[in-house]
Amino acid sequence: MGFLGDVFDFLTNHDQWHGNESIPTLAGQHLQLTVVSVLAAAVVALPIGIVLGHVRTGGAIAVNIANIGRALPALALLILSVQWVGIGEPTGILSPVQSIPAFIAMFALAVPPMLANAYVGMANVDDEIRESARGMGMNGRQMIWRVELPNAVPLVMAGVRTAAVAVVATATLAAYVDAGGFGRYIVDGFAVNDNVKVFAGGFLVALLAIAIELVLALVQRALTSPGIRTEGRIKVRELATDRLAPTTGPAL
Amino acid sequence: MGPLWVLAEDIGPKWLYWPWVQDHTDEIRDRLVEHIELTVLAVLFGLAIALPLALLSVRYRRLYGPVLAITGVLYTIPSLALFALLLPLTGLSRTTALIPLTLYTLLILVRNTVTGLDGVPPDVKDAATGMGYSPSRRLVRVELPLALPAIIVGIRIATVTTIGLVTVTALIGQGGLGELMLDGLQRDFRTPLTVGIVLSLTLAVVADLLLVLALRLATPWRRAGKRTRRTAGA
Repeated sequence: MGFLGDVFDFLTNHDQWHGNESIPTLAGQHLQLTVVSVLAAAVVALPIGIVLGHVRTGGAIAVNIANIGRALPALALLILSVQWVGIGEPTGILSPVQSIPAFIAMFALAVPPMLANAYVGMANVDDEIRESARGMGMNGRQMIWRVELPNAVPLVMAGVRTAAVAVVATATLAAYVDAGGFGRYIVDGFAVNDNVKVFAGGFLVALLAIAIELVLALVQRALTSPGIRTEGRIKVRELATDRLAPTTGPAL
Repeated sequence: MGPLWVLAEDIGPKWLYWPWVQDHTDEIRDRLVEHIELTVLAVLFGLAIALPLALLSVRYRRLYGPVLAITGVLYTIPSLALFALLLPLTGLSRTTALIPLTLYTLLILVRNTVTGLDGVPPDVKDAATGMGYSPSRRLVRVELPLALPAIIVGIRIATVTTIGLVTVTALIGQGGLGELMLDGLQRDFRTPLTVGIVLSLTLAVVADLLLVLALRLATPWRRAGKRTRRTAGA
């Protein structure tokens, strides 16, 4: 257990809990990058997807955007946004502002799955349910909020979770463009051939990704109306499989 | 012909500088071949593991939950983190690149295969049994062919996502088109970046089309009659 012992020592070392490269600081950066990008993308993508799904137009566009997003490598997006924002920058040395390229890449990555899933979730609501709502005298806005959205929550949240998992992964890559986060340990460890540091970084990232997935599953449960909730408790196997429909793609 | 030459001509900001492309066709071809090799190997290994897992899950239903749970958790872990976790074990090797790439394909391939096999109508299975098919022969001759559309959808998703993921293997020195992208980043020279992105997107589209074509060739009965509904969505 020599190696794992070293990893344990690394993770519990004083240096890892104080200062600029400490676990709390890097966790904060990783979470901040993730949460800010996912929220910003949600604010843009969800209303558009929900309204398009409500009026049931533009579905092909929404789904095609998601498919292109799946084929576009996150690393490429990251480098592209560095090229775009970083024009005129003489160095690649980091400052807090320079995580803007990371933010742009993650935003661009988070929009397609949320847009497509929100659309499909809304458009897939049963016609009979919609007719009933209309028959009860609801207008469009009431239908969206009281009928369609509650029924679409599982798919809408699947999109949010797909986006979040992809973004957590990209935030790891973002260490290559000096955006901070747990990727720091992996990138720095690679640079000096420090396997302990690399492994510790990988471990922390994996932990964070799974934790975020679990938290979002809980959020989804809380948002889902009891009427369409199928299970009493969250099943581990549903975590990732939920995300697979209708658009999929593993984290990069 | 290093960065200095790049600066001297001020071609860094150009998105495409043809002379560089012409001078580096060998390198570009090598990176493309590496990319294809890693993708094909990952999907093939993935199939070799996923098909037995799917068949076992159909036969012994209680296995399906745990299989989905394990492959699902693996699917959630970012690729760079998985590379990092494997590094002490397998070093900076192709194995370190291939293991995560293979693991990522499992969830999609298992799920689509099981969905496909579940979608085979019971009457068809009864008819095959009535004609004297043994269970294993029925599986190979009747059930798997009917599940093929769903399985191929799984392979398509797995292939396209793997092509995107392979770019990350450049970070652990295992080649692929990601190497061109990193080159572009490190030298502030956009041409290799453009070449890497265009080729990986093209590769994804071509691979997807080839698999659609393969499905058409492999399932002539779908063209003969009315169009069959897809058993699993993409």
